[in-house]
Amino acid sequence: MSATVFASVPAVNVAALKDTTLLNMGIFALFVLVTMVIVFRASRNNKTAADYYAAGRSFTGSQNGTAIAGDYLSAASFLGITGAIAINGYDGFLYSIGFLVAWLVALLLVAELLRNTGKFTMADVLSFRLRQRPVRIAAALSTLAVCFFYLLAQMAGAGSLISLLLGISDWGGQALVIIVVGALMIMYVLIGGMKGTTWVQIIKAVLLICGAAVMTLWVLSIYGFNLSNLLGSAAEAANNPNVLNPGLQYGKSETTKLDFMSLGLALVLGTAALPHVLMRFYTVPTAKEARKSVVWSIWLIGLFYLFTLVLGYGAAALVGADTIKGAPGGVNSAAPLLAFHLGGPLLLGFISAVAFATILAVVAGLTITAAASFAHDIYANVIAKGQADAGTEVKVARRTVVVIGVLAILGGIFANGQNVAFLVALAFAVAASANLPTIVYSLFWRKFTTQGAVWSMYGGLASAIILIAFSPVVSGAKTSMIQGANFAIFPLSNPGIVSIPLAFFLGWLGTVLDKRKEDAAKQAEMEVRSLTGVGAEKAVDH
Amino acid sequence: MGNEAQPADATQSVDFQQVQQTEQFRELRRRHRSFVFPMAVAFLLWYFGYVLLADYAVGFMSTKLWGNINVGLVLGLLQFATTFGITAWYVSYSNRRLDPIAAEIRNEIEGHEFDTHGQPVKGVRQ
Repeated sequence: MSATVFASVPAVNVAALKDTTLLNMGIFALFVLVTMVIVFRASRNNKTAADYYAAGRSFTGSQNGTAIAGDYLSAASFLGITGAIAINGYDGFLYSIGFLVAWLVALLLVAELLRNTGKFTMADVLSFRLRQRPVRIAAALSTLAVCFFYLLAQMAGAGSLISLLLGISDWGGQALVIIVVGALMIMYVLIGGMKGTTWVQIIKAVLLICGAAVMTLWVLSIYGFNLSNLLGSAAEAANNPNVLNPGLQYGKSETTKLDFMSLGLALVLGTAALPHVLMRFYTVPTAKEARKSVVWSIWLIGLFYLFTLVLGYGAAALVGADTIKGAPGGVNSAAPLLAFHLGGPLLLGFISAVAFATILAVVAGLTITAAASFAHDIYANVIAKGQADAGTEVKVARRTVVVIGVLAILGGIFANGQNVAFLVALAFAVAASANLPTIVYSLFWRKFTTQGAVWSMYGGLASAIILIAFSPVVSGAKTSMIQGANFAIFPLSNPGIVSIPLAFFLGWLGTVLDKRKEDAAKQAEMEVRSLTGVGAEKAVDH
Repeated sequence: MGNEAQPADATQSVDFQQVQQTEQFRELRRRHRSFVFPMAVAFLLWYFGYVLLADYAVGFMSTKLWGNINVGLVLGLLQFATTFGITAWYVSYSNRRLDPIAAEIRNEIEGHEFDTHGQPVKGVRQ
């Protein structure tokens, strides 16, 4: 099965593929070994909840910034965006721009204020001056939902990648691979906690950015470092000059144009509301370091997205859209196929191992966020009513890790084959709808009340998920998750344009209709703390 | 240590409403908001303007400028440039205009100048 696929890749012999498989496995095994050792070493100091969830708040801004870039530059960015540009040309580039510009929302409005007022999770901030129970439950549920969608995307990416590398195209084989990835991830998180996970992110971010840089320079050198030549060659290979223009994917009809707006909105407003990104701001000792982390990550992420532009068009020009679409793994295989074309099995092995590492690391980061949210917000604060000791809380968190891991594995098996950038965009839409309005209101609007927060979070979460369920993503289209059924009564693939404004509106409505007023002293305390950083959680000494 | 969103620390006895009313804190809040709000509005407008152009002005975006480089690509790359620019601007603004005054207020609070009970401790400020 792999032979037929690779036959169309130029200058590649099929016999080399067997060696490639072994090489890939070797490089991947090496990475797992090295990171496991690091995780073991990092875990020796995991004593308290602050150690387990927030790595003892001991990372520097630049370390954390690199780790944020690692979290953010998931398989979706690398495999998904490169594939989207290779196939859909300019429209794929919008992902890069939206994903990057979104960081300004995080930098200007959220990161430092959040670091100053919270402790471990997003719910700490949201419930600071509102009533703990309802707000924490809502925040924890939306955290779990966002993490679940994001996990789906990563696991689907793992399936695509493996099917390409090992030529496994049968359902059972890919499912087995997803199970192995999931099991490895559970081990990382159980052993390493946030510290181990962060180190894995840092290593992986460096490898990924270096790998992408090498490939970018390589592609550019083929075209004499002339971007115009590369674009010309991509248009020629695609036999369609429109790959350089907007509208190839989203310009087909008024509905798809609206979908494009919806995607743009979800991308730019989603980042600052992603729970696993927000949680990273707690791993640094001060708000100033939180700011530094965001600045670092903006530079690294921006640089990387510039690379994806070259890699995407490079894959279109050198590998060809038809070869990419025909390969096992489909759209998501553009970057690995480009690596194979450029550097043969060795570069393919390296790039694939990095992409694997990316998936493992991001999945680990998501899992620890979801586990922290369950253990800290739901178990410790709601079920045990604040009476649980830290040891029990961490124990609950570890058990949650296993449960989430199993759910992610099952979900990943079903989401296998979808474009991962697209699935991630859904996670962004859910985050932007459920979390962002409440984060912004509670930081900046003095009169905001518990009822407003609860209406906005549940309204945003429910509308986003219901609209996705009745969208062409789930049924009624060729690429839908459920084939052969059609209950897609909502025409857009991304719900953001409806659910995000709705959540903002509900937050306002719930507040103005609320008869109860919130404690003014708490509001004052939150505002003073958020801007000055007084009394913020400090680093843990060992 | 499960529940507290607010840790037990030296700030427990602070009257934050009093701090909130001080001229110094209002100045900090004014400086913060007068930078981040207009800036957020500006970059969001610029971003959505770009998305609208890519969506509904395909002909304009496809205009070739140099070789195969078209308006759409240049505007897209300008989005990168403005993102980097605003980031650098914000960092320099907070270092100059926000951090010093925030540190001052923090020192005063930690020096118990705003405690609700007991004697204010004077002379803590450097």
